[in-house]
Amino acid sequence: MAPNPSLEKNPSLDRWLAIGPGETVAVRSGKVDIGQRISTAVAMLVADELDIDPARVETVRTETGLSPDEGITSGSYSMTQTGEAVRRAAATARRHLLDRAARLLDVDPATLEVDDGTIQSRATNRQTSYWELAAGEPFGIDVDADAPLKPRAALRHVGTPATARDMADIVRGSPHFLPDMSRPGMLHARMVRPPHYHARLEALDPAVPDRLAGEGVRVVRDGSFLAVAAEDEFQAAKAAQRLAAAAVWDKGDGLATGDIYESLRRNQRVSLPVVDGAPVEAPVPPQGDPPDGAAVTLEARYERPYQMHASLGPSAAMAEFDDGRLTILSHSQGIYFLRAALAETFAMAPGAIRIVHAPGAGCYGHNGADDAALDAAIVARALPGTPVLLKWTREEEHAWEPYGTCMSMDLRASLDPGGKIVAWSHESFGDTFMMRPRPGPDRIGPARLLSTRFLDEPLDPPVMGPAMGPHIGIHRNLDPLYDLPGKRLVKHLVRGMPLRVSALRSLGAYANVFAIESFMDELAAEAGVDPVAFRLDHLSDPRGRAVIEAAAERLDPSGADCPEGRGRGIAFSRYKNIAAYAAVVIEVSVTDAAEIRLERCAIAADAGEIVDRAGLAAQLEGGAVQAASWTLHEAVAFDRDGITSRDWESYPILGFDNVPEFETVLVDPGREPFLGAGEATAGPTAAAIANAVHAATGLRLRRIPFTPDAVRAAALA
Amino acid sequence: MERFALTVNGAVREIEADPATPLVYVLRNRLGLVGAKLGCGLEQCGACAVIADGEKVLSCVRAVSEFSGSEIVTLEGLAGDGEYSPVQRAFLETGAAQCGYCTGGLIVALTAYLETAPEPDRQGAIAALDGHLCRCGAHADVLRAIDRLLAEGEDGA
Ligand code: FES
Ligand code: FES
Repeated sequence: MAPNPSLEKNPSLDRWLAIGPGETVAVRSGKVDIGQRISTAVAMLVADELDIDPARVETVRTETGLSPDEGITSGSYSMTQTGEAVRRAAATARRHLLDRAARLLDVDPATLEVDDGTIQSRATNRQTSYWELAAGEPFGIDVDADAPLKPRAALRHVGTPATARDMADIVRGSPHFLPDMSRPGMLHARMVRPPHYHARLEALDPAVPDRLAGEGVRVVRDGSFLAVAAEDEFQAAKAAQRLAAAAVWDKGDGLATGDIYESLRRNQRVSLPVVDGAPVEAPVPPQGDPPDGAAVTLEARYERPYQMHASLGPSAAMAEFDDGRLTILSHSQGIYFLRAALAETFAMAPGAIRIVHAPGAGCYGHNGADDAALDAAIVARALPGTPVLLKWTREEEHAWEPYGTCMSMDLRASLDPGGKIVAWSHESFGDTFMMRPRPGPDRIGPARLLSTRFLDEPLDPPVMGPAMGPHIGIHRNLDPLYDLPGKRLVKHLVRGMPLRVSALRSLGAYANVFAIESFMDELAAEAGVDPVAFRLDHLSDPRGRAVIEAAAERLDPSGADCPEGRGRGIAFSRYKNIAAYAAVVIEVSVTDAAEIRLERCAIAADAGEIVDRAGLAAQLEGGAVQAASWTLHEAVAFDRDGITSRDWESYPILGFDNVPEFETVLVDPGREPFLGAGEATAGPTAAAIANAVHAATGLRLRRIPFTPDAVRAAALA
Repeated sequence: MERFALTVNGAVREIEADPATPLVYVLRNRLGLVGAKLGCGLEQCGACAVIADGEKVLSCVRAVSEFSGSEIVTLEGLAGDGEYSPVQRAFLETGAAQCGYCTGGLIVALTAYLETAPEPDRQGAIAALDGHLCRCGAHADVLRAIDRLLAEGEDGA
């Protein structure tokens, strides 16, 4: 078994699983359910290993102190880490319980059979059950990472499409989300934000807070941090507006304007070569002449702008400070890291802070969740004994969340006379993706939380060094899976970029795969080879080949059977070169108004052993739809006075009127390790759209988003 | 502060509120009906949709005072206790939600559409979702739920 950090950090079986009262099995996970349906998959895995009905599996909410610490729910690691850990935990528990049952019944364990928790021996008619043997008792043993699993043929739930847990609450409107929660005596809080990152509170007309206080509104100020809290939510919302009108801000120099793509080229930067997927501390090799044998050399530059998570529900948190202890409800993806950052911010012992996860709207990476937890905690500390539910507004979510960085990719490759790639160069420029509030030296955890920069004792936002592991940050999927000789790969971490950034779904993979897979089509055209054949000519990985072939079979990328005026494009990647394989074929048309219409989409993916078929397909399709939205519509806009993408009109996203007909093939590789799938389709989708637009119109779009203006500009160029 | 009588999910509810309070706050905070979500407060996303006098309305801007004579139905009122309306069941069975934040608004909008459209069809259903956003990309499953509902409608189910 490959080492699993979740198990290494949390070896005790009791951390993961407990035979509960009421004939249930409680499972704890450190990864939180963010709509990727990890709790559904966990229940299926445990039910199968233990031979119980999935309804008996209770997936316990994640909270600090009780749940295993699994770091952050990110990087498509929910199944590879949590899924695998929980499955081995259940297998360990089963073996342990059957041993005890065998002793109790005085039979050979091999004669035992389990039916929904009841244990029976073929050798006697006596029986016992998990519940009789172990209800409420700790196991007191560690998870055996090699505990034998049930054979695949004996699995009843794993591999089927499941109904997601919580779906009943969601369709009926029962309380489910963090902002649905309330407590007796709770106050509603709202923030008053500065115009932009660099503004500081210069003056506040004291008459307004006084009047608000007279109306029962609490005003909380710490330096340039301003918030209000009131019993009634609408009262709080109005009070925030009145207080905002009374605030005078020193706006300093404002945001640095100017073309972001020029800044990516001109600003100071750290440049490192990337070898086998990871940066190395070495000089960047110069771009040499094309090698001998090169018949033709192509170059192209691809770009993606700043884009946002744009969660449909604004970030929120509930906090209560009582007796020196802080309790927080948060939709953070990393409650242990958040706890450490808050403890450091407030100089509290981590043990005095308890963070309980409650679902927020989908986040797709590091959005405002952690920041809202800090905001709520600051307000709660000012109002001890009072629970505070603080909600960001739509405008705040759009303007203050940490975006996915803009990126620029320079590609160059040479083909030999036979159409084979003989040299390959790829340089990616971008800001950091690594701004989660992970603790570290120089108060870097707190400094990465938004509001610490506005406190009376402000922290400067940190300047990050380059991320060095394989396939993280800017260099995620910079190293293609293709068999390419003479690869020259470079990552440039650019300083002094204007906007706040952090982890957005798939990190650099979206942009890098967009570039690589667009370029592969440009090269294929140059070589006069069909795009599928060209990819297969350069790919020996059999599972990669299989998904390309499967997708192409569903929807022929050559477009031979494509209706007039439409075009198709294919793209492929293996996420991080270690996670799920995905190939995407998209068929588009382009309207007279230069609008790109998504007509059809075939996805083929191999994500290892399939657990929840429905959940897996939803992740792949959902990732494709979101990436299509990024690709067609999205770019964060700003000027000197701040972010101008402040709502859904100024930052439009894909609607229900431009959804392709999907056909999604889940390639089943048998019992192979789980491969994260939630981010696998993002990059291929962008390139498949670009390639399809080229097929339909002859226009090669290299800068995202492909708005009608961009299409028209390309047509005129 | 003023007193209002609101008819919500068939019951008359007395509340006292600032008449300018957007309906969604009253539903969620006073009446404990959290099916309508606050997504934008700008009538741009659809998360707060409810049905008033048979039509879909957004509840995040319009004041509670505008609704004093209306029959309001929220997501919670679409089916009896422990039951699902046909649209809720279609969403449940096709798994047409990821995080679920947009889902209630979509269900409400489609319910209003199916109840009022003389000849419901796919295009009409998609048009009924105009102004509704889903950030998770659950769109394909939502369209599958729509197809299932329309097929059921044809079967007379
Ligand atoms: S919350 Fe009402 S439309 Fe967005
Ligand atoms: S399911 Fe998350 S916003 Fe639609």
